[in-house]
Amino acid sequence: MVMRITVKLFATFRENRFKEARREYPPGTTVADVAAELEIEAGLIGMIFIHGRAAELDRVLEEGDVLALFPLLGGG
Amino acid sequence: MPKVIRVNMTDLSVRIEEAPAAWAGLGGRALTSTVVAAEVPPTCHPLGPNNKLVFAPGLLSGTAAGNAGRMSAGAKSPLTGTIKESNAGGTCGRMLGRLDIKAIIIEGQPASTDAWYNIRISNEGVVVEPETETVGLNNFAVLESVARRYGEDKGVITIGSAGENLMLISNISTRDPEGKLRSFGRGGLGAVMGSKRVKFITIDQDGTRPVPLVDSAAFKAANMVFTKALKDHPVSGQGLPTYGTAVLVNILHEIGGLPTRNFTSGQCEHHDMISGEHMYDTIVARGGEPTHGCSLGCVIQCSQVYNDKDGKYLTSGFEYETIWAFGADCLIDNLDLIAECDNVMDDLGVDSIETPVMFGVAMEAGILKFGDGKEVLRLLREEIGKATPLGRVLGGGTALVGKTYGVARVPVVKGQGIPAYDPRSVKGIGVTYATTTQGADHTAGYAVATNVLNVGGKVDPLSNVGQVELSRNLQIATAAIDSTGLCLFIAFPALDIAECLPATVDMLNARFGTKLTMDDVVGLGKTVLKLEHEFNLAAGIGPEQDRLPEFFELEAIAPHNVKWDMDQKELATFWNF
Repeated sequence: MVMRITVKLFATFRENRFKEARREYPPGTTVADVAAELEIEAGLIGMIFIHGRAAELDRVLEEGDVLALFPLLGGG
Repeated sequence: MPKVIRVNMTDLSVRIEEAPAAWAGLGGRALTSTVVAAEVPPTCHPLGPNNKLVFAPGLLSGTAAGNAGRMSAGAKSPLTGTIKESNAGGTCGRMLGRLDIKAIIIEGQPASTDAWYNIRISNEGVVVEPETETVGLNNFAVLESVARRYGEDKGVITIGSAGENLMLISNISTRDPEGKLRSFGRGGLGAVMGSKRVKFITIDQDGTRPVPLVDSAAFKAANMVFTKALKDHPVSGQGLPTYGTAVLVNILHEIGGLPTRNFTSGQCEHHDMISGEHMYDTIVARGGEPTHGCSLGCVIQCSQVYNDKDGKYLTSGFEYETIWAFGADCLIDNLDLIAECDNVMDDLGVDSIETPVMFGVAMEAGILKFGDGKEVLRLLREEIGKATPLGRVLGGGTALVGKTYGVARVPVVKGQGIPAYDPRSVKGIGVTYATTTQGADHTAGYAVATNVLNVGGKVDPLSNVGQVELSRNLQIATAAIDSTGLCLFIAFPALDIAECLPATVDMLNARFGTKLTMDDVVGLGKTVLKLEHEFNLAAGIGPEQDRLPEFFELEAIAPHNVKWDMDQKELATFWNF
């Protein structure tokens, strides 16, 4: 069995990767696992959102989750 | 001794005074607000003879401190009826610092509306002369005229036709190091300058010497710590220089806080077309500059030069708020059209937040269709630019257009358009909009940092818990930073890197020989907020106006299906300090 997760990447995380992709992961996969698989250094991650709400690296993903990963960014 | 220049436009007299000792520790917003609170009757008409327009560089202006290019303009606002401070980068703050001028105070009003004037300030003194050549011209033509008549290297503070026509959306513009424009954007200060019949001010720093430092070794050491913090923090060191402020488009869309179609949704379908990432790719592909500073000594370089598809200059200083407002709130899905609107707004001298937020309401009113960028350009050039009757209604801003056309969904606080973060899904910024002395203003206490960006800790944006305290702390700190002349974006490293803010205090002490502590700086922020609040109360802007428009309580916003539900009594605790 696999989970289908939509992964969205932003800013520098898109370089040599993608903007948005539907990917499959085994049950129990965490945000940190996805980052590791995409070779995104955990320390560079500034914001994690699942369905538009803040989440942490150790969050276990669920079928159909939309995961967005941003480096630390600001403006105003 | 530091000087204060008073120009009385009633009799065209100039007085150059020694700055009062009580103003020694004040600069920027602290000084403009002190002067306005002390000298402007709170009940005066903002466009009458009793209002005063005050310009003040910051305490560190003119020094080699990194990112010290910001200066303040203050007055009673014709848009909000409150005290107002707007600030901008450019070249003038640094020049005024070198000239040892703490403030320029423009008072009174000519009895006749036949003539316009220019004011020219240099080491030799101050000249006030009738102005004819640039009357009726817009800002880029004013810059050309000033460069031809007085030299390319002069600082310029100017109004376009919107300011001449006393429109509430008008701003005051100032020249950047490359001859483009930065703006004292908010609150209709262009109309105040127009009401004084001043078309432009030039600043000439010829013959000045470097700003004296009481302890130059300590200043250098503190400046190194400070600029290192700016470079080390990922926001000021990498994100802003690469993507500019528009990098926020995708973030706010993702969390459902990107006000769309006149604040009826928190997400915008074409967000990627108006994003900082798309802007960066476009700028690079067309040979523009993604990384660019608005003032000398800027380490962050969040500005950019955006070219058209033929590689010709289209605009610069292309900000998130402008792009959000036209792109999402007005549904214009074409970044080139938005850039053209930005350039026309710079030229006319209108606030690039108030103007597009107003257009969102105008679209809801049926004056034009959502998404019609070409019609926005026509209305800007042919109606607002020519001050036709329709142009004057649009030029009256968001609240006036809403009233004129009977629109109930009008995103303003104290008459000023709400910027680019929906207060239902970013509740901390809602507290700032409601309580700031300035009318809706995100910069007054940027709770987005802690609600969304994970800078300065984390406070859940969808919960009311902790938001009043967060906004209060940020508003106090911001009022203090606004007084130094330092760019507000130093707040990002300051919130995360422990050495950053103490280094700015060390620079102040090394500059003036003072022994200020962090507590003193926080105290200054509190003092500024309180005197601004007192002014507003005396002007008749009471606690009942410290609230968001009703529609935020009535209409839930997608995708989180949230309303504004902060208790008004809790909001009122903001002032308990």
